[in-house]
Amino acid sequence: MGAGADRRIVVVGNGMVGHRFVELAATMPGLAVTVFGEEPRAAYDRVHLSDYFADAGVADLALPPPPAGAAVHVGERVTGIDRAARVVRTDRDREVSYGALVLATGSYPFVPPIDGHDLPHCHVYRTIEDLDGIRASGAGAAVGVVVGGGLLGLEAANALRNMGLDTHVVEFAPALMGTQLDDGGAAMLRGMIEDLGVSVHTGRNTLRIAPGDATRYRMEFADGGALETDLVVFSAGIRPRDELARDCGLAVGARGGIVIDGSCRTSDPNVFAIGECALHDDRIFGLVGPGYEMAKVAAGVLSGREGVAFKGADMSTKLKLLGVDVGSVGDAHCRTRGASTYTYIDERERVYKRIVVNRTGKKLLGAVLVGDTADYGMLLQTMLNELPLPKHPDALILPQRDGGGMPAGAVAGLPDSAQICSCHDVSRGAVVAAVSEGATTLGAIRECTRASTGCGGCAPLVTQLLNAELEERGIEVDTDLCEHFPHTRQELYHLVRVERITSFEELIGRHGRGRGCDICKPAAASILAACWNDHVLEDSHAPLQDTNDHFLANMQKNGTYSIVPRVPAGEITPDKLIALGQVAKKYDLYTKITGGQRIDLFGAQVHELPLIWRELIDAGFETGHAYGKAVRTVKSCVGSTWCRYGVLDSVGMAIAIENRYKGLRAPHKLKFAVSGCTRECAEAQSKDVGVIATEIGWNLYVCGNGGMRPRHADLFATGLDDETLIRFIDRFLMFYIRTADRLQRTSVWMEHLEGGLDYLKSVIVDDSLGVVADLEAEMEHVVGTYECEWKSTIEDAEKLKRFRTFVNSDQGDDSLVFVRERGQRRPALASETASEVA
Amino acid sequence: MSAPAWTTVCELDALVPDVGVRALLADTQVAVFRLSPGDDIFAIDAFDPFSKAPVLSRGIVGDLEGQLVVASPIYKQHFNLRTGQCLEDDAVAVRAFPTRVVDGQVQVGC
Ligand code: SRM
Ligand SMILES: Cc1cc2nc3c(=O)[nH]c(=O)nc-3n(C[C@H](O)[C@H](O)[C@H](O)COP(=O)(O)OP(=O)(O)OC[C@H]3O[C@@H](n4cnc5c(N)ncnc54)[C@H](O)[C@@H]3O)c2cc1C
Ligand code: SF4
Ligand code: FES
Repeated sequence: MGAGADRRIVVVGNGMVGHRFVELAATMPGLAVTVFGEEPRAAYDRVHLSDYFADAGVADLALPPPPAGAAVHVGERVTGIDRAARVVRTDRDREVSYGALVLATGSYPFVPPIDGHDLPHCHVYRTIEDLDGIRASGAGAAVGVVVGGGLLGLEAANALRNMGLDTHVVEFAPALMGTQLDDGGAAMLRGMIEDLGVSVHTGRNTLRIAPGDATRYRMEFADGGALETDLVVFSAGIRPRDELARDCGLAVGARGGIVIDGSCRTSDPNVFAIGECALHDDRIFGLVGPGYEMAKVAAGVLSGREGVAFKGADMSTKLKLLGVDVGSVGDAHCRTRGASTYTYIDERERVYKRIVVNRTGKKLLGAVLVGDTADYGMLLQTMLNELPLPKHPDALILPQRDGGGMPAGAVAGLPDSAQICSCHDVSRGAVVAAVSEGATTLGAIRECTRASTGCGGCAPLVTQLLNAELEERGIEVDTDLCEHFPHTRQELYHLVRVERITSFEELIGRHGRGRGCDICKPAAASILAACWNDHVLEDSHAPLQDTNDHFLANMQKNGTYSIVPRVPAGEITPDKLIALGQVAKKYDLYTKITGGQRIDLFGAQVHELPLIWRELIDAGFETGHAYGKAVRTVKSCVGSTWCRYGVLDSVGMAIAIENRYKGLRAPHKLKFAVSGCTRECAEAQSKDVGVIATEIGWNLYVCGNGGMRPRHADLFATGLDDETLIRFIDRFLMFYIRTADRLQRTSVWMEHLEGGLDYLKSVIVDDSLGVVADLEAEMEHVVGTYECEWKSTIEDAEKLKRFRTFVNSDQGDDSLVFVRERGQRRPALASETASEVA
Repeated sequence: MSAPAWTTVCELDALVPDVGVRALLADTQVAVFRLSPGDDIFAIDAFDPFSKAPVLSRGIVGDLEGQLVVASPIYKQHFNLRTGQCLEDDAVAVRAFPTRVVDGQVQVGC
């Protein structure tokens, strides 16, 4: 439309996209806008339609009123277009002529033509009137069925569930949300939804809706099954409303939709189409974002601006369905040729994550997230900006539990235009600018950019970006141990060593403030023990210890303790087994074989601990340090002594290792294993230190982990003789103790170690830092000063004083309640205690 | 409010500074702490409302945000030693008891 042409614009449809167009066009000089909307009210927020069921009223859903000057006629439907005369006609017999016409008629819900689809209490889910109808049908109803297990169907199901109906979802396809999710994601979602009490019926084709017995209706399926229900909501997809366009001869797609080009023009240059009714590049966009983009383009073109074009849109989505976070990015189904996938499934926490990468593994093509969408923003940006992936792309979805978050480089590599917060359209550049202007906390960023104040899903991304920017500017990210020490554990370790500090008072006096707390005290205790190997029960150390270290036993949930004697390598004589059994029986201790090849005795009170230990020590046992951040177990397989495949004596080596390092305190617990051959029955590759026998000697693995975040150990050295093996382990352990952070297992330490495995090898094997002599000497000192803490405790009358259940009584705590189960006692459950008391 | 009934629980010297002990009163168990420096004595209910186990005497003491606290050894919530107030949850507090030292004997009032 050139200058001087007819500047009158008529818009058909006053939905979300039509409304956005009016907002934009009416402010452009010289354009006169007239709008017809068939619904009885002005445009409202359809995306949040379901809030109407929660407690939003019509007013809450209303969109801002159109700019003055736009003439909006609601409750008036356009019934015909005369393109030659440039006139539209309405159902109120009004005729209005236009210079340009904009069709924003949206779409209608598809209702499968099954028998009974038009009975009362059968609804769709698109307008406020639909929801009023559903609410009315819900009164006095017991059961509701949603036909269609897509995104909108599940939203409708949530509404029915909230109305207190026994809710069912019937889906024709074999899985839920087939458009957005792959099979694995759909299965996880299904499980979560079913747990909420919503029944899911997939692969079911509804034949008819017939009268019911106990309920209003009976839905009958092609497979012979049936479902009783009081109301039905159809949500089986949407179809573009292109009837006006068809009637006046505009081009429409084979499966519907008004064909448009990049300027949003239809086959008639004076007619535009935008939103869900438009077909661009053979695609319909059922989301509001692309519709808004089209509105912007059409308004731009009509006001004479060049160069604006609609280029298609990304259909990635993130939403909460029935309280379940679901995200779908790009090629979620891995349909690109040559693509491959990585999947992470946590069945316990109910998390499913899958990423799709291209043939070379360098580019992200898509992702599916169920149960945890924290990574959505990062993944979407990585895909849209074609950022290079980390060497191991699975890092993008594996949980980063140790202060991590996404791999650091990722967020730094984003272009400034990358959208970080989609709720408030905040770009990376805007966050960076805010940091430059002095916003150095998440709270400050929130205040000045609004990023992460919507759904909050982008908070991890914003935090990461913030930290990266602060680091870039040389501003410290707070890594203080706690409010009492402005240092990391590693720094404290160095201070203790360098200044030969031997007590907490000295440490906090020189380098800290206040009295300390349950974070810094145990950390200091562990450093002091690792450096000087003092008895952990020295009175000056006593207040620093967790109760486990204080009483040399592990506190259980009812306040009693467990006892774990050391059983080096899991080898135990019958006499010792009998002795253990006798002690357990005498003190009525619950007895269990642990996952670490030893025996745990549970349920002792403080005053019983020394009595029990005296008997165990007499029988030849030592403490197992199960209570300490210390060496735990060295697991072994039976090895060459008995096993037909064993090539070396794994039990002998495991015993030697366990005896060498027992008592060693560390930033976190340490676990070892020795396998007699590569069949690996001792699972050495999941341990901090793993040793596997081969024909040419021992292979040494380091930094493996089971537990919360399993990590395969790295092969560190091969074909070692006994002596070299021990030497390497000495150095490795001491280097870890010196440099790791509080509560950092070797696996996490390794991941944070700059230079990684190669660096570690250079330090330990090639002595690149010139420290191995020191490391060995330190280890020699610790090994040489080992004593069994329990043995020295029961021999020391002073130390024994603390083992009293009550300071003013010799008796035990008889308020503890136990229950016998499978021949042993266990703590009573809350429910059992209640009945016991009653 | 009537004057508290005092129960002697132990000698002052029996208390290791900053290490709690548990004491039996007529119908409750209390956690008693001697803080250093200063030798102040505090007593709160030993029963941890979160784990529902009588364990508070066995927590680590210290200060947080200027308040003297003990951390539950089970789920690590902190309780103010003077008032019994839980720092993590305003709605939760344990009972705090008056204490005094008479002739080198530690007493808890109830
Ligand atoms: C007793 C035992 C379970 C059993 O009945 O088998 C056990 C019991 C506990 N484990 Fe474990 N773990 C036991 C073997 C394991 C194993 C298997 C193994 O060692 O081969 C693992 C995985 C291997 C690993 O550590 O890499 C294991 C991974 C954990 C973790 C997670 C560590 C991680 O890095 O993710 C914790 C939590 C922690 O340490 O922070 C934990 C913590 C605990 C605690 C200390 C939890 C607590 O704070 O109360 C439990 C103390 C029980 C007690 O009072 O004795 N336990 N725990 C096992 C004792 C083995 C032993 O003889 O010493
Ligand atoms: C329950 C629900 C949840 C949704 N959630 C999301 C979401 O989370 N994210 C997202 O991006 N999208 C979501 N959507 C989709 C989003 O609402 C639509 O993409 C958006 O509303 C499309 O806008 P539109 O203007 O093209 O169509 P509509 O909003 O449908 O507006 C079209 C309007 O035109 C009127 N009309 C049609 N023909 C005529 C005529 N001849 N004369 C006069 N008026 C006419 C219609 O009555 C209607 O009011 C959701 C939709 C629903 C129903
Ligand atoms: S897995 Fe370990 S920590 Fe968890 S309950 Fe079992 S013993 Fe306790
Ligand atoms: S993406 Fe929702 S708040 Fe930022």
